[in-house]
Amino acid sequence: MAVSVLRYPILLQAITMNMNRLGDGFSEKGALIERHFQELAGRRRLYTWLGLAVLFLALTGSLWFANETNAGKFFDRLPHFFDFVGDLVPRDGAEIGRALFDLPSPYDDGSLKYDYPEGRLYLTDTIYVPEYVYKMLETLNIAIFSTIFGLAFGFLLSFLAARNLMPNPWVRGPVRRLMELLRAFPEVVIAGFFLAILSLGPIPAIIAVSVHTVGALGKLFFEVVENADMRPDEGLKAAGGNWFERVWFGIVPQVMPNFMSYFLLRLEINVRASTIIGAVGGGGIGEPLRLSISQGHEAKTLAIVLLLLSTIIAVDQFSAWLRRRLVGDQAFQLAQ
Amino acid sequence: MTASTMMNTAQMEAVAARHPHLVEGSSRKRIRSALFFAGLALYMVYSWWFFSIGQVLANANWGIAGTYLADWVSYEVRPDIRIADDGTMQVVYPRYSPLGPDAEPEWVRIETRMMERTVEAPVATQQQAPKESSSFSFMAPNAAVGGAAPAEVKPETRTEEVVSRATIAFNPTTSIDVAEGQVTAEHRGETLRIDLDRANGVQPVGDLPAWASQKRPGEKITLSFGMTGWADVDVEKISIHNRFPGWANFIFDTQSPFFGKSFGEVAGLVLGGERLDPDRSNLSLAWNNILYNSEWQHLDVWTKLLQTIVMAFVGTLFASVVAFPLSFLAARNITRNGLLNQATKRFFDFLRSVDMLIWALFFTRAFGPGPLAGMSAIFFTDTGTLGKLYSEALENIDDKQREGVKSVGAAPLAVQRFGVMPQVLPVFASQALYFWESNTRSATIIGAVGAGGIGLKLWEAMRTNSDWENVCYMVILILIVVFLFDGISNLLRSRLMGQKTH
Repeated sequence: MAVSVLRYPILLQAITMNMNRLGDGFSEKGALIERHFQELAGRRRLYTWLGLAVLFLALTGSLWFANETNAGKFFDRLPHFFDFVGDLVPRDGAEIGRALFDLPSPYDDGSLKYDYPEGRLYLTDTIYVPEYVYKMLETLNIAIFSTIFGLAFGFLLSFLAARNLMPNPWVRGPVRRLMELLRAFPEVVIAGFFLAILSLGPIPAIIAVSVHTVGALGKLFFEVVENADMRPDEGLKAAGGNWFERVWFGIVPQVMPNFMSYFLLRLEINVRASTIIGAVGGGGIGEPLRLSISQGHEAKTLAIVLLLLSTIIAVDQFSAWLRRRLVGDQAFQLAQ
Repeated sequence: MTASTMMNTAQMEAVAARHPHLVEGSSRKRIRSALFFAGLALYMVYSWWFFSIGQVLANANWGIAGTYLADWVSYEVRPDIRIADDGTMQVVYPRYSPLGPDAEPEWVRIETRMMERTVEAPVATQQQAPKESSSFSFMAPNAAVGGAAPAEVKPETRTEEVVSRATIAFNPTTSIDVAEGQVTAEHRGETLRIDLDRANGVQPVGDLPAWASQKRPGEKITLSFGMTGWADVDVEKISIHNRFPGWANFIFDTQSPFFGKSFGEVAGLVLGGERLDPDRSNLSLAWNNILYNSEWQHLDVWTKLLQTIVMAFVGTLFASVVAFPLSFLAARNITRNGLLNQATKRFFDFLRSVDMLIWALFFTRAFGPGPLAGMSAIFFTDTGTLGKLYSEALENIDDKQREGVKSVGAAPLAVQRFGVMPQVLPVFASQALYFWESNTRSATIIGAVGAGGIGLKLWEAMRTNSDWENVCYMVILILIVVFLFDGISNLLRSRLMGQKTH
C-alpha cells in the first residue's frame, strides 16, 4: 500500500497533511508504514536540498568567474548600462522612419550616421527598395532556403534512421551519428570556412544554417517516423510492396502533417539563426545591425530592430496559424 | 503486386462512379500537395537566382578548400632555398617555424663548401647555370660541384661556407634537388628538370608533368605533390612546403625548454631532474609552458570554453527561475485576469522576438565584451521562450487535482503547491534542461559578435586563414562539451519524465 501511494505524490502530500492533523493515533501496522514513509520523505527532502546546494554553489562560482573574465565588471558597468539606453534615443522620432525607408534626413552632415538615402536599391528610376528592407528579405530568404534544404535532406535521412523502417543497425547507426554531428557542429565554423573559400555574401550563411537544419530536422523526423502506425506498412508488405512503396504509401501520408509542423517550427528558429550568422559575416540584416550598434547610429539601430521585431512576429504568427491548421492543437504540445 | 489485387480500368471507374466523394477528395488533396511541392521547387529556383548560387560556387577557389581542410589535421614546414646572384644558396626557415630555431631536419640534406665570394655582388656578374644533359641522380653523393665560381672577384671578397647543393626528400618517391642553378624534381617515378636562368627565367627541360604547372613561360613553376606538400620554383627562391600529419607542438612550443624532448625525457626532468629554472620546480615550469603555449594557447581556449558553458548555465538557470512565477501570471486558468494574462504573454513575446543577437549586441555595448553580455542575452531571450512554454504547460494541466486540494480547504498557495506543481515541475525542469543543452550551442555563435566565450576566439582563428588546426582543436572541444551535456540533459530528463524521451 505504501508503495502505491508513493507513486502518486499528490496523494502522498494529501495524506501527510491529514496525518499531521490527526497526530500519532496509528495502529502498530500503521505506525510502521508511517515510519517508512517518513524515512522516504526525509531522504527525498535531503536529496532536494543537496541538489539545490550544488546548484547554488555552481551558480555562485559561475557568476564569479563570468564577472572576473568580463571586460567590464558588472557593478562598475551597471550605471553606464542606462547611459547606453539613453544613447539609443534618436534626435526625433521621425528619424527612425527616415532610416527605415531611406528618406533624406534634415540633420544630414555628410557623416555615415545620417546617410539614409545611400543604401537605396533602385528597381526603376524612381522606385526603390529601402536598404534594410532588402537586407531583411535576404535574411528571410536565407532562412527559407535553408529550411527547405533541411526538409529535403532530413526527409531522406529520417527513413534511414528510423528503427521500424531500417532494422539494419549498420545503416541506422551511422546515419544517426551523422545527424548528431551535423547538429552539434558549430555553425560559426561552417560559415567561417566557406567564407574563406567563397567570396563575401550570403552563401556561407546558407550552407551553415542548412547543415544544422538537416541534422535538427532529421532527428525530429525520425522520431515521428518511429511513432508512426505500422499497420499500413504491414498491409503494403502483405501485398508485396517493396521498401520504397511501403515508405511512400504507408508512412509518408501519416507523418507528413507532423513533418510540416516541424518544418515551420524550424523556419521560425532559422530566421533568428540566419540573423545571427549574418552578423558574424554572412549577408543579410545582421551585419548592418552590428555595425550600427557598434558605431552608435541610434536611428538606424532602432529602425533595424523594429524591422526585425515585426518580421519575426509576423513569421511566428504565420507559422503558428499554419501549424494549427495542419496538425491542430497538438502542434503546441510538441514544443519541446 | 499480384494480379488478383489489381483492378482493371473498368472496375476502377465503376468504383469511382459509385463513390465519387472518395476519388474527389483524394485527387483534390493530391493536387494541393503537388502544387505545394511545385511551389517549393519554384522557390528554390528563384533563390538560386537571387543569391546567384551557381555563379558563386563556380568562382570559388576549391583548390584552397583542400589546403584549408588539410590544415585541420596537419602542418607544413616551409624552408626557403634562396639562391644568390653568384649561385650560392642558403636554406632559411621562417621565424616561427614549427621546428623551432636552428632546425636541421633530416629530410633537408645540405652540401656545403668553402668559397670566396663578393659581399656586394654586382648585377653584371651573373652566372649562367651550367647545363647538364647527362642522366642525373639526385641522390648521387658527389655530383659535379665546381665551375660555379663567380666570374669576377672583387677586392671585398671573403671566404665563407656556402650551400652548394640542397636536397629535400618529401617521401621515398618525391624529392627536390637543387644544385648549380638547376632543380631536379622527382615524383612517383617521373623526373622534371628545371633550369633557373637569370636572363630567361624558369625554364623546364622537356614537357611539364601533370603535377607541375607554369602560368607563363619564364615564370615560377608550382610543383604540387598532393598531401605530401608543394613547392614554388622561382629563379631566386624555391619555397618548399612539406606537409606532415598531426598537430605540431601541441604540448610545448618551440620557446619552451622542454621542446623537442621525448616523453621519457620530460617525465625524467619533471620527476627528478635538475631545475631548468632556479625559481621554480620543473613540474610547475612544464605546466606553465603547456598553459601558455604560444601556438595553441591552451589556457585561453579552456577559459573561453568555460565562459561559454557558464553563459549557457547561468542564462538558462536565471531564465527558468524568472519565467517560473511569471508563467503562473500568464496562464489563464491560474490567474483569472485577462489583462494580466495578456500583458505577461506579450512581454514574453517581446523578449523572445527581440532576437538573441540584438540582446547580445546591446549587452556587449553595455557590459563590454565578455560572458556577462552573453549570459544576459541568453537570460532575456529564454525568459521569453521558457515563459511561453511554461504558461502553455500550465494551461494544459489536469484541473481535477487542483479541485481536490481546493475542496479540502487549502489556502491558494497550497493549491498551487500541491495541486499544480507536482504536475508541471517535471515538465518545467525538462524544458529547462533542454534549453540548457541547446544554449550551450547557441552561446558559441553569439560569442562571435563579442558576447564572450569561445565564439570570438574561433572567429579570430578563422579570419587569419592559417590557424585551421586551432579551429579543429576548438571544434573538438566544443563537440565533446555538447555531446556530454546532451547526454547529461537526456539522462536527467528521462529520469524526471519517468520514461525515455529520446
